[in-house]
Amino acid sequence: MTRRVGRANAHTAKQAGMPRIGPLAALHIWLQRHAQVSLESLGRIFSKPVSSLLTISVLGIALALPAGLYLFLVNAQSISEGLDGEARISLFIKENIEETKAHSLAETLNQRNDIAQATLITREQALAEFQQYSGYAEALEALGDNPLPHVIVIRPDASAMQPDAIETLLRSLRADPQVELAQLDLQWVQRLHGMILIARRGALVISALLGLAVLLTVGNTIRLEVQNRREEIIIAKLVGATDGFIRRPFLYSGLWYGLLGSVVSLLLLWLAIGLLAGPVSDLSRLYQSEFTLLRLSLHDTAILLATGAFLGWTGAWVAVAQQLRGMEPR
Amino acid sequence: MIHFQQVCKRFENGHEALSDLSFRLESGEMAFLTGHSGAGKSTLLRLIALIERCSRGMVSVAGHNLNRVSRRQIPYVRRQVGFIFQDHRLLADRTVFDNVALPLVIAGLGHREIGRRVRAALDKVGLLDKERRCPVMLSGGEQQRVGIARAVVNRPPVVVADEPTGNLDPELSREIMDLFERFNQVGVTLLIASHDLELISRRGHRVLCLDRGRLVRDTPPQTRDRQ
Ligand SMILES: Nc1ncnc2c1ncn2[C@@H]1O[C@H](COP(=O)(O)OP(=O)(O)O)[C@@H](O)[C@H]1O
Ligand SMILES: [Mg+2]
Repeated sequence: MTRRVGRANAHTAKQAGMPRIGPLAALHIWLQRHAQVSLESLGRIFSKPVSSLLTISVLGIALALPAGLYLFLVNAQSISEGLDGEARISLFIKENIEETKAHSLAETLNQRNDIAQATLITREQALAEFQQYSGYAEALEALGDNPLPHVIVIRPDASAMQPDAIETLLRSLRADPQVELAQLDLQWVQRLHGMILIARRGALVISALLGLAVLLTVGNTIRLEVQNRREEIIIAKLVGATDGFIRRPFLYSGLWYGLLGSVVSLLLLWLAIGLLAGPVSDLSRLYQSEFTLLRLSLHDTAILLATGAFLGWTGAWVAVAQQLRGMEPR
Repeated sequence: MIHFQQVCKRFENGHEALSDLSFRLESGEMAFLTGHSGAGKSTLLRLIALIERCSRGMVSVAGHNLNRVSRRQIPYVRRQVGFIFQDHRLLADRTVFDNVALPLVIAGLGHREIGRRVRAALDKVGLLDKERRCPVMLSGGEQQRVGIARAVVNRPPVVVADEPTGNLDPELSREIMDLFERFNQVGVTLLIASHDLELISRRGHRVLCLDRGRLVRDTPPQTRDRQ
């Protein structure tokens, strides 16, 4: 007498007088059942608004932090990418070189194809500019002689923007005997790049930790719910419920918690963006930049909702699997 | 339909609740299980519903060798055994309707079919007018009838009852026994544990008598004398 599940199942249907139904009707019943269970789970969440709201707020905050961090990094990255094109090399010409020579040097450099533009700023121009902006006019006058050198400002070609190419360009510029000093004004861009890289690592770690927090929060909520409904679970098992049947309402609870948590996180993010948008646009106007704060796209929003739902579902799954093991009818 | 073959049940504490128990209940048969308190009646019924597993021997129910039923298969076998508990085991926060509907929801029936069958079962136990009540608003006898309706609603071939009349007065007990006889008449195999010897003997069904875990008497059905 060996019977497998499938046959036991078929046997049940026959013996217990279960109606034979077509696949379409079965699908209809299945969908109906899932809709009902998911609504019941949602109703259960709303039936205890205070504790549910607390749980959902915790989830919202835990999800808003990594999402906010992500937004911040996307924004920082867009700034630093904007700055990539701003790499400049300042070529300080030796003091004994005359202006005409400096001019022809700038001309020659302009011919090179790894240089987009080379502009000479003569010592007189530099002094004038310096006096205009720095407020050191009197000090410079007291100095008498113009202490500034001629400077050629070089904008490297886009093709020479890679660190290696720039290094090569710098070396060849320094080799020129007329050049005192070639200075790359890129360091702070590189530093910014580096910082963003570190921040991204950090954000990844923080996101993972907060994701775990969401998992544990939902898991704990569901664990308590399973314990509260222990008697119900055992009775359902006694009348033939499978583990899948018993798990279902709890998985939906977890899904709803995660989803509602991510809705709260979206609200928090919109609030934060709204508060930051004004000051940021003021600041960027100050720097004559066209930078505007990037917002969560539709795609990002969908990902945030899906992540919340997935984490909630997973947390519930883990909690139920762990709790059901010890719940056999006695 | 129910077959016990040299069944022993020894609990983890070493207590042997059933020893070398053999009997067979044919399809459509109705029998009482009797014996003193602690004789092993509940344990025997719990083996049938796979709440416990036997330590030795073989139990088979509705064609399934229960020794070979895996954990995952248990629910499907349980659906073929309607279990009636002495303490009813109803969901306190659900209506009578929802309680009775549970086995059908689990089996995956559609709304309309569930409504139809639940009302048919409630009609049989005379509780059709109480479907919207919660169990706490019902008397002990009514709660027991809800339990019975739940046990038979998906028409299982086997129904077992553990002291179904334990807490009821004689009048209600008789009503419930009448109900069981009506199920038996439509072909359900029934095994009812009870220590109410008077109630049992009047009915003239087969009686299995346990004493300290052993089957000491197996009285065949008597021709009924109904005056
Ligand atoms: N889980 C258990 N662990 C140990 N002993 C048990 C357990 N369940 C029942 N028993 C013992 O098995 C014997 C039979 O119990 P039970 O089947 O409930 O008897 P009955 O229903 O006939 O009164 C009793 O002595 C009881 O104490
Ligand atoms: Mg008992």
